[in-house]
Amino acid sequence: MSNDNSSTPKHPVNAPDGTPVPYDTHVPTHREAEPIADPGLPAHTWRPTDVDPKAEKRAERQIAAMFIAAMISAILFVVAYFSFEVGDNWDTFAGLGASTITLGLTLGISLLLIGTGIIHLARKLMADHEMVEMRHPAASPQEDRDATVQALNDGLAEAGIGRRPLVRNTMIGAVGVLGLPAVVLLRDLAPGDALDIDKLGNTIWEPGMRLVRDVVGTPILASEVEMGDLINGTAEAMFPSEENGYPELHGAEEQAEKAKAAIIVVRMDPDEITPLEGREKWTVDGIICYSKICTHVGCPISLYERTTHHVLCPCHQSTFDLADHARVVFGPAARPLPQLPLAVDDEGYLVAQSDFTEPIGASFWEREKL
Amino acid sequence: MSTDSRIDTSKVATSNGTTAATASKPGPAGSLASWADDRLGLATAMKKNLRKVFPDHWSFMLGEIALWSFVVLLLTGVFLTLWFNPSMGHITYEGSYDQLRGVGMSESMASTLHISFDVRGGLLMRQMHHWAAAIFIASMMVHLLRVAFTGAYRKPRELNWVIGCLLLLLGTLEGFTGYSLPDDLLSGTGVRAADGFLKATPVAGSYMSFLLFGGEFPGESIIPRLYIIHVLLIPGILLALIAAHMLLLVYHKHTQWPGPGRTEQNVVGFPMLPVYAAKAGGFFFMVFGVIAIMGGLMSINPVWKFGPYDPTKVTAGSQPDWYMGWPDGLLRIIPTGWETVIFGYTISWNVMLPILIVPPLMLVILMLLPFIEGWITGDKRDHHLLQRPRNAPTRTAVMVSLMTFYGLAWAAGGNDIIAIKLDLSINQITYFMRVAIFLGPLLAFWITRRWCISLQRHDNEKLLHGYETGIITRSPEGAYAERHLPISETSAYTLTARDRDEVYSVGSDTDAAGVAAPNSRSERLRARLSSWMYSHNVQKPTRAELEEAHHHAEHEAELQAGLDHPVDGHQFDDHRLRDTDEVPLRDH
Amino acid sequence: MLLLGLLISGSLYTAFSPAQADSQPSETEQVAQGKELFLASCAFCHGQNGEGVPTVRDGYQLGPSLVGVGAAAVDFQVGTGRMPMAAPGQQAPRKPVVFSDEEIAALAAYVASLGPGPAIPNEADYSIDDLSEEERQEAISRGGQIFLTNCTACHNFNGAGGAMPRGGYAPSLHGVEPKYIFEAMLTGPQQMPNFSNGNLSPEEKRDVIAYLGSLEETPEYAGFTLGGLGPVSEGLFAWVVGIGGLVGAAVWIASHTTRSKKSKVNA
Repeated sequence: MSNDNSSTPKHPVNAPDGTPVPYDTHVPTHREAEPIADPGLPAHTWRPTDVDPKAEKRAERQIAAMFIAAMISAILFVVAYFSFEVGDNWDTFAGLGASTITLGLTLGISLLLIGTGIIHLARKLMADHEMVEMRHPAASPQEDRDATVQALNDGLAEAGIGRRPLVRNTMIGAVGVLGLPAVVLLRDLAPGDALDIDKLGNTIWEPGMRLVRDVVGTPILASEVEMGDLINGTAEAMFPSEENGYPELHGAEEQAEKAKAAIIVVRMDPDEITPLEGREKWTVDGIICYSKICTHVGCPISLYERTTHHVLCPCHQSTFDLADHARVVFGPAARPLPQLPLAVDDEGYLVAQSDFTEPIGASFWEREKL
Repeated sequence: MSTDSRIDTSKVATSNGTTAATASKPGPAGSLASWADDRLGLATAMKKNLRKVFPDHWSFMLGEIALWSFVVLLLTGVFLTLWFNPSMGHITYEGSYDQLRGVGMSESMASTLHISFDVRGGLLMRQMHHWAAAIFIASMMVHLLRVAFTGAYRKPRELNWVIGCLLLLLGTLEGFTGYSLPDDLLSGTGVRAADGFLKATPVAGSYMSFLLFGGEFPGESIIPRLYIIHVLLIPGILLALIAAHMLLLVYHKHTQWPGPGRTEQNVVGFPMLPVYAAKAGGFFFMVFGVIAIMGGLMSINPVWKFGPYDPTKVTAGSQPDWYMGWPDGLLRIIPTGWETVIFGYTISWNVMLPILIVPPLMLVILMLLPFIEGWITGDKRDHHLLQRPRNAPTRTAVMVSLMTFYGLAWAAGGNDIIAIKLDLSINQITYFMRVAIFLGPLLAFWITRRWCISLQRHDNEKLLHGYETGIITRSPEGAYAERHLPISETSAYTLTARDRDEVYSVGSDTDAAGVAAPNSRSERLRARLSSWMYSHNVQKPTRAELEEAHHHAEHEAELQAGLDHPVDGHQFDDHRLRDTDEVPLRDH
Repeated sequence: MLLLGLLISGSLYTAFSPAQADSQPSETEQVAQGKELFLASCAFCHGQNGEGVPTVRDGYQLGPSLVGVGAAAVDFQVGTGRMPMAAPGQQAPRKPVVFSDEEIAALAAYVASLGPGPAIPNEADYSIDDLSEEERQEAISRGGQIFLTNCTACHNFNGAGGAMPRGGYAPSLHGVEPKYIFEAMLTGPQQMPNFSNGNLSPEEKRDVIAYLGSLEETPEYAGFTLGGLGPVSEGLFAWVVGIGGLVGAAVWIASHTTRSKKSKVNA
């Protein structure tokens, strides 16, 4: 290797009169003389490290110091790894996890020092002569193109595909139809009944099923719900027990039902409620219940304001007025939250009169049909 | 100036003097190289590429940030896979994070907690992986902006631009699939929203949702499926596209800024070996180091605080990672009630428009930019010299306009955080954004274009009348004037090293590119667009104009200085001192 | 009944707690003192008898009726400085407390006398100190799940607070005394819904408080929390620190090094 390849003679950019040499023959140019002739690359100047042995030595020492410090930092990483405890009993450092910050800092500092050392080396000590390399057009030379086109035509002619449309068309057809197996193979991504989209139309709620508080699963006495209360609830069937007799749910089924069963229960002054026609008897003494799943794209929604009765979705800020059949008052949602018709059972607990009367959650194509 | 760029090896710092040694005596490196070449025959390809020249400019290193953060992603990602268990099997957490002990969760969440709390360095690696992902996509975007603003996407690099856009798309999808894997409350909320997006697809939406989730949401399949997409499918495509991107870069050679000695035919810079390799390699360590420090000091995605995903829970500030923020913002600003029911079928414009229509459209527009520009200008030449953004006012304005659109949508995606941090109302922010998303880009376009054109005028002023010295002189009549002095030859050359814009006109004899139907409708459209693009631009002065202006200036200078002999005007500043090392306007 | 019981036990506690018995005035004295304070500082908005003052707009009130809000509401609103408000407004922010502890107790006693309402909770209601280690652990993880179900939607996963409609906000829970958190859940101040004892039992409230306390006590394993606001602040830091720092590094790498004025050497 030598530095000699940098000595390629400079390509004439401008003719002596300053006219640019055309570099593309596709478009004839009407360019006049460039206003200022190219003065050419400026002369090279030297760095202190090139001309001053002291500066050079100093740079060497600086770089070596960075590499040595990087080594030390890497060793400190190992020390930190073994000395700080994680798991049940984290060591702390100013209220922060000691292991994470020391490992991050030692690793980062080590890497940064190696990086700056190498770059310092490149900037100060490596030869910094700019070199000139000539470009070549991206396109191949014309004769190569011609030869390629010729080869392509020869090959196609020898194959004879163009002359035999029957063969050509059936071949294209055969390969095209192979797309069908490829698509059909994906059918069992949701095997068998799992692809039954009618499931979107109903939830686990059924007439007489008690409302329970989420997480703890306790049923809700109507008399215990106070004005202004917000209860994040779900269906009793999500907390099956011997007492209530609901079957155990497992895995995907449990998750899917849980995702649809969630409700919010609020209590307000009965006079404030403007019931939709036919829903006059869906509330119990100002207690009103809606699906917790936003009708926009399905986030659970429970940012409730007790005096305005508005509930806000934290994902995209759709706002619903719970006093007015959960009408959308703001934000991108298009439909009110589905309302769950309420009643009280013999023991005074809140129960559902029925399932939701429409699919809950985000819209989908067949929604009105289910 | 000398046109001889032959390297004077006598003055290379002595410490690397050995590199200048003659090639006749092969050392150990030489014998290893010949052993390898006997078997691989690489010397023919390497002889050019080892000393391949790369121009040096900070803005050329933005893509490198993306490349190196991708390497960090691969390294940290492999570490994480050693413990991560992509299963939705339900277990009770018994690990060492107190607040979640005894809580039911999926195995993927439990293994994420295990990595975070019971594997030393695991939390660091998780956070590095996440920070690197955020930086990976951010650096791709700033790189994209640099390429667009300097016109580097012009012929012959259009296809590399398209590859770059695909990398941005894939990087975004890779990020989404990645942050969804822990199955925590925040990402699960995002997955549920994604389910809502799928369901909003006309006709097949519900089925697409059921197929993806292996049944009704959330099912037990989504995490394993996202996992294999995240660790195999998308990284594989990313690697292949990155390789193609780099190969094309090497084949085309890097673009460069215009300047003395830098032309469309050459590339001036440092050789791959050693300087560029050292700078790029060193930069890798720096990117790695910055990410390590961020991972060590700054918390990101604290899944233990979100808790496991539960379809009945949600947290305030439920946002996607930043690169998904702008479609999320568009979702937020759609006015109430954009949903139609036709023949009993529901079409959710409120979801389709911001998610399924606008983002793909934006991507297509982005990918088509170089082709649209090339068609309007009719420019079929290869371009290797970059343009300053001001010298392509319309392109710059279009990009700023697109950025404004993106930025407003992005801000709308954080409207709740903006509201609490700046004491604003989310409702008011949303109302504002609904209007601003249309007016903002238009205003940005207009301001940017006028600004660019003013800067072009300013450049011409400098060429014709020199730069403003800040020195006020008083004429014998008592009038005050600011003295202008000519700029250096290199600066002047650099300012004029740009093409004159040629407005395309139908049937004009300046265009001889073999146009088939000179009066067709598309040709007229093209002419109109070309005029829209170029007609306001300020062209560089001609040689005659320059000479006349200089002559005039010298005359003025003589008069003003009250001297009886011509002066070059530099008696007032330090240009005379710096004559020997005049540098062009930009570093390189 | 339960409420009444609580009210009585609360009042009894306030009245007969041995630590306070010596220095505290009798209940009637307290109510009288409270009424005086109320007339001076609260009645403008809440009415001479705490019945609320309606505005001309239907259904809106300058200050709501305080009949039945109970001592807990007063203790929360005045004890955290929210009341008295500096000016009528949509939301009363937390600010320095104006009244002394005795004055707050007097105001609470007066408002409690207007109608039955939740009493100020005892420390035993929200403390987990009496529990065994195992019970404590259970309380914390159960409290976390209740918190994530009922509270994070507004107050965020970290208790950092969040935005509500029309400029409202759910305040940060950091550094709020357990008593006030309990009272806030019990009484539903301002726009916040109630989590009355029929909604979340006192034990469940206690668990939520235990979880919040444990969040503040546990070290930040992962480093600085960047405001604990989720991906938006993370994205901001990725751009400012990550991209900002690395672009700065790129500028350094590509910049020209110092040049020497010397042009000739004998190397």
